[in-house]
Amino acid sequence: MVKRIVVGAHYGLRDWIGQRATAVYMAIYTVIFAFAALSLPEMSYEAWSGLFSGGLMRFLTFLFFLALFYHAWIGVRDIFMDYIKPTGVRLALHVVILFLLVGYAGWAAQILWRL
Amino acid sequence: MSDATVRKPRPKFLALNEIRLPLPGIVSILHRISGAGLFLFLPFLLFLFDRSLGSPESFAVYKSVVSNWFIKLILFGLLWAYLHHFCAGIRFLLLDLHKGLELEAARNSSRIVLIVSLVLTLVVGVMLW
Repeated sequence: MVKRIVVGAHYGLRDWIGQRATAVYMAIYTVIFAFAALSLPEMSYEAWSGLFSGGLMRFLTFLFFLALFYHAWIGVRDIFMDYIKPTGVRLALHVVILFLLVGYAGWAAQILWRL
Repeated sequence: MSDATVRKPRPKFLALNEIRLPLPGIVSILHRISGAGLFLFLPFLLFLFDRSLGSPESFAVYKSVVSNWFIKLILFGLLWAYLHHFCAGIRFLLLDLHKGLELEAARNSSRIVLIVSLVLTLVVGVMLW
């Protein structure tokens, strides 16, 4: 086995951990959300918006979106690293994806805090 | 040039239509495809979430959009993508913890992931349809 220090330089441990930590959080949130949605008396605007207007659920949902966007960043970046060989094109696409995801995060905040 | 730098020509076999992936390989590539699909549809899903929470009027718009059969079909596909990504993701996390690394266990867990995600899609899909 090769002995090497796996932190400090760009060995990717941070992204590896980040991808898994966000995955675990999203999995837990998915179960919470499923139970909360199932316990709604009816699918009306009042019931549905009431689900997200509570402070805790709003916070957990926003955290879910942030986890989702960070998770998506790592995943899409990995796909580009595998299939897009010209460095310039790949890096340009990375920038586009980053801007998109930051924009989505702003959109998600606006949706949740407008309630 | 030293011998070490001379590369032997190696046979390449990358005919996608002839490659027979083993079950864990199928789960793996579907994990990637479902993730990419979910990413591509993020703006659409955020739009639906936005309309569903905007106001009673925009909620009605949301309702009419998702009652279209074609949109329902797309959402059904995305539901499968989410659930497959969810189940396969749990399997990968367990593999990270060195659980189920043996060939037989890995094959079985792949089969479970494929079946459970399809069954969950049908159950949740029928509930929402």
